[in-house]
Amino acid sequence: MHWSEYLLPLTEGAWVTVQLTVYSTILGGVLAFVFGIGKLSSNLAIKSVSVGYIEVFRGTSLLVQLFWLYFALPLAGMAIGIDLRLPPVVAGVLALGLNIGAYGAEVVRGAIQSVHQNQREAARALNFTPRQTLFNIVIPQAIPEMMPSFGNLAVQNLKDTALVSLISLGDLTFRAEQIRNFTQDSTTIYTLLLLMYFGMAVVLTIIMRIVERFAGRWRMAGS
Amino acid sequence: MTDAIIRFDKVVKRFGDLTVLDELDFEVKKGEKVSIIGPSGSGKSTVLRILMTLEGIDGGVVYVDGEPLWHELREGALLPAGEGHLRRMRSKLGMVFQQFNLFPHMTVMRNITEAPVKVLGLSRKDAHLRAEELLDLVGLADQAKKFPHQLSGGQQQRVGIARALAMRPSILLFDEPTSALDPELVGEVLTVIGRLAEEHDLTMLLVTHEMRFAREISDRVCFFDRGQIREEGTPEELFTDPSEDRTREFLKAILD
Repeated sequence: MHWSEYLLPLTEGAWVTVQLTVYSTILGGVLAFVFGIGKLSSNLAIKSVSVGYIEVFRGTSLLVQLFWLYFALPLAGMAIGIDLRLPPVVAGVLALGLNIGAYGAEVVRGAIQSVHQNQREAARALNFTPRQTLFNIVIPQAIPEMMPSFGNLAVQNLKDTALVSLISLGDLTFRAEQIRNFTQDSTTIYTLLLLMYFGMAVVLTIIMRIVERFAGRWRMAGS
Repeated sequence: MTDAIIRFDKVVKRFGDLTVLDELDFEVKKGEKVSIIGPSGSGKSTVLRILMTLEGIDGGVVYVDGEPLWHELREGALLPAGEGHLRRMRSKLGMVFQQFNLFPHMTVMRNITEAPVKVLGLSRKDAHLRAEELLDLVGLADQAKKFPHQLSGGQQQRVGIARALAMRPSILLFDEPTSALDPELVGEVLTVIGRLAEEHDLTMLLVTHEMRFAREISDRVCFFDRGQIREEGTPEELFTDPSEDRTREFLKAILD
């Protein structure tokens, strides 16, 4: 088998990896905002749930979370009579998204807290409600602060998708393993694998840079 | 209880062990322009921050427009005010900050229209018209589309004044409005404040180190020292013939 014949199955796998990355990064982004804001809530219940979520998912291995969702959850569901079997894609996106969301929540919290107290005082003097202050004054200023960290997390997430090959999802790593088992051509396949992940990471980094610029465009006005 | 629009009745404010306001009694009449001068740490800014509800109080009662600011009268007792009461009271006041505190992610126009639209419920169009008038007043009609960081400090502070005025407060608080400015930019801000003082029946409370300016625009000047008003009077009295040694020392130090 010539190495160029590996490319088609690998590209198919890469497409699955791209989809997993996009969906789980979006899910993670949403979770990051919900729980990052939640952690700063004055409501003790909301705060506790947010802290709990962040600590559990940062404090356990992604691989174990993935196995738990895919292998343990259906059994737990069966015990109480609910069908909780998840398709591999759903389990993969959930585990990755929940994981990246927990790290992202800390980024969101930090960025919100970094907005100068001055801004909150001005908002209070103008009689904005706490909610208006958060969403109209504080968060728009915090988002550009979050973007570099979000960029790192997204690339991290892309690389972490390789783990889902372990629950039989046909991503890039899974396809590479299949071909390797068949051809024993480890050097070529793993080299291609490295290059393809790196290529995707470069594209992702460029996309995040563009988003970052867009989010902070008011900072650059006139210069 | 005359026509005082602001009244501090034995107000105490502490930061930890430090007593910033020590049973302060203080009154401002409706439409009066009052300057507060005094050494740093004497509690001048704290008076404004308490009025703007940015700092609570530890004792006494503050009245604005005859109503307690930090308390609500419930079942005959003065109880700490809830957010609803504070919101209602806050709408009577506006504040101009030392560091301007403009919203950096909004254009000048948006800075001025955001609160009237979101808080007062004005239409975008009405808020826009109001903002244009105010920008005219502060001499920045051509800067509406710029972001704060594209303006000089003096221009930013004038936007700050327009932003506070857009909420139509009856009391405007100035917290050292020119202290963060380069010397050559102080004049343009003082001109705007001076014009406001002359042309509007707004009640103005100004904390400042600009003695000449305080003398020009104020009906009354209060010298603050260690959490109390050490001496007050018309600018003439206070600046030319202060009766207290502390006032004389302070004026001598600052005017030399």
